[in-house]
Amino acid sequence: MTATLTEAMTTTDASSRGRGGPTRRRAASVLRPRKSVAFTILMAIFVVYALVPLLWLVINATKTQAGLFSSFGLWFSDDFVIFQNIWETLTYDDGIFLRWLGNTLLYVVVGAGGATLLATLAGYGLAKFRFAGRRAIFAVVLGAIAVPGTALAVPTFLMFSQLGLTNTPWAIIIPSLISPFGLYLIWVYAVDSVPTELLEAARMDGAGEFRTFFTISIRLLAPGIVTVLLFTVVATWNNYFLPLIMLSDPTWYPLTVGLNQWNAQATGVSAQPIYNLVITGSLLTIIPIVVAFLGLQRFWQSGLSAGSVKQ
Amino acid sequence: MTTLSRSRSEWKGLAFTAPFLIVFLLVFVAPVVYSVYLSLFREQMVGGNAFVGLENYAELVVDAQFWEGFLRVLLFLVIQVPVMLVLALVAALAIDSARLHASGFFRIAIFLPYAVPAVVAVLMWGFIYGDQFGLVANLNDWLGASVFAPFSRDWILVSIGNIVTWEFVGYNMLIFYSALKVVPGDLYEAAELDGAGAFRVIRAIKLQALRGAIVIATIFSIIGSFQLFNEPNILRTLAPNIITTFFTPNMYAYNLSFSGQQYNASATVAIVMGVITAVIAYVVQLRGSRKEER
Repeated sequence: MTATLTEAMTTTDASSRGRGGPTRRRAASVLRPRKSVAFTILMAIFVVYALVPLLWLVINATKTQAGLFSSFGLWFSDDFVIFQNIWETLTYDDGIFLRWLGNTLLYVVVGAGGATLLATLAGYGLAKFRFAGRRAIFAVVLGAIAVPGTALAVPTFLMFSQLGLTNTPWAIIIPSLISPFGLYLIWVYAVDSVPTELLEAARMDGAGEFRTFFTISIRLLAPGIVTVLLFTVVATWNNYFLPLIMLSDPTWYPLTVGLNQWNAQATGVSAQPIYNLVITGSLLTIIPIVVAFLGLQRFWQSGLSAGSVKQ
Repeated sequence: MTTLSRSRSEWKGLAFTAPFLIVFLLVFVAPVVYSVYLSLFREQMVGGNAFVGLENYAELVVDAQFWEGFLRVLLFLVIQVPVMLVLALVAALAIDSARLHASGFFRIAIFLPYAVPAVVAVLMWGFIYGDQFGLVANLNDWLGASVFAPFSRDWILVSIGNIVTWEFVGYNMLIFYSALKVVPGDLYEAAELDGAGAFRVIRAIKLQALRGAIVIATIFSIIGSFQLFNEPNILRTLAPNIITTFFTPNMYAYNLSFSGQQYNASATVAIVMGVITAVIAYVVQLRGSRKEER
């Protein structure tokens, strides 16, 4: 019974429906409720709210600038120019969009990758070793979860400009390296998923701690690591405030700041609106991240629920 | 013998933690210390940088622009946060109820906006709100009157609130859903034996299980509201007369630094907002855990 319940909650409803065929159907109960059409429709409204803006983006990426103004927002205009739009987006201003894409990838790979590595090492160290100051470290880092990046951004900028780091990639990468939430998640995850007996057995065999970590523990931690990686990737990919204040040279911009600059180009004295490129560029910006989330669902959903056991 | 000696364990544990700690000191602790320092000094006309004690704070307390922004985000959070969290809660309970067709699809579809960068979300909604080729323009045409004006003084907070809700409702739903998923099955079995109905189960089991998650989501949302920056700052291009440079405290701090070079005043705003946020987060947490004990 418990297994059925868990299954009903974790998998799509197809399996549980198949199991409770007509012959075995009992009265609806808390444990095995009837599927409700009304309920499904209610939630469908929710989904419409979530997806309509994205649908709008996809549809309007197929229009020319003139078509944007002359056609209904949620339907296609007469010209279907998405490939031309993509080409123009990639080549506009000597291909600056590709440069921004490259910058974003650099910040994501080094920043989010580094953040995940540091959080994993530290979370594991805090979970599996006893040492002085451990509790204090944990308390401070937990407190830091409550400090949002934007609050620190202005002071960090002032400090980095003293150090001569502004307007360099380091100004984006270094602050991205810390994920207090990531550390917390790995810590919680490591407590249960890496058995202390296993570590002791490895020690008896004479394996060094770091070797044990990289050969054994890291595999056990994998769902937690993927979860942290995904969330740090999203945070870095979507970062706007930090690069906005740290960078003045457009050649170091990530996609987010670049796109907003394209959009701002539509107003002002020498206005040159390129709405079709802003829309197409926005679409190109979200595709990789949406694909990553959809593709890695299985991992991050299990990682997240492990994190909530201890909440 | 098989366990590590205490000193060796200490050394190894620290070695794992040290890289994080070093960077943490550089990008979390140092900026905080530095802005406290800045908030106590001021560039004087005569004598350059001078220690002024709490003068910057005294000035901020009577700064009407700061309080205007502060009250605005307060109003924003009092309305937007409950609306968003209740929607997220309803969605999580519905998806967890096993009464939905294709619940997996609902879960991922509602969560999807979280993956969209704030910049893209605001640009998108900005276009949709627009009176040139937006859906709102289509809607007003259809109604035959300008019923909705997203960029007017009366509507701007609603417009921003809608964008923030759209971005984060799925994320909060997922936090709630993850907490519901770990409720042990025998609790439900016991409830069924007792003949408890669906609403009884929600009240007696599910909401209890969600308490911690609700406290955490509330704290994060409050912090997010106090730090409101991206959405109004990007919308400013579309509504420059409505969204001022001190629309939110964070925008005020930003503009003090980057348009006015008033770094000391800017640091003071950051510190004051940080302290207020921390106090409120602490109170919420305290109240949340007290209820848990009851």
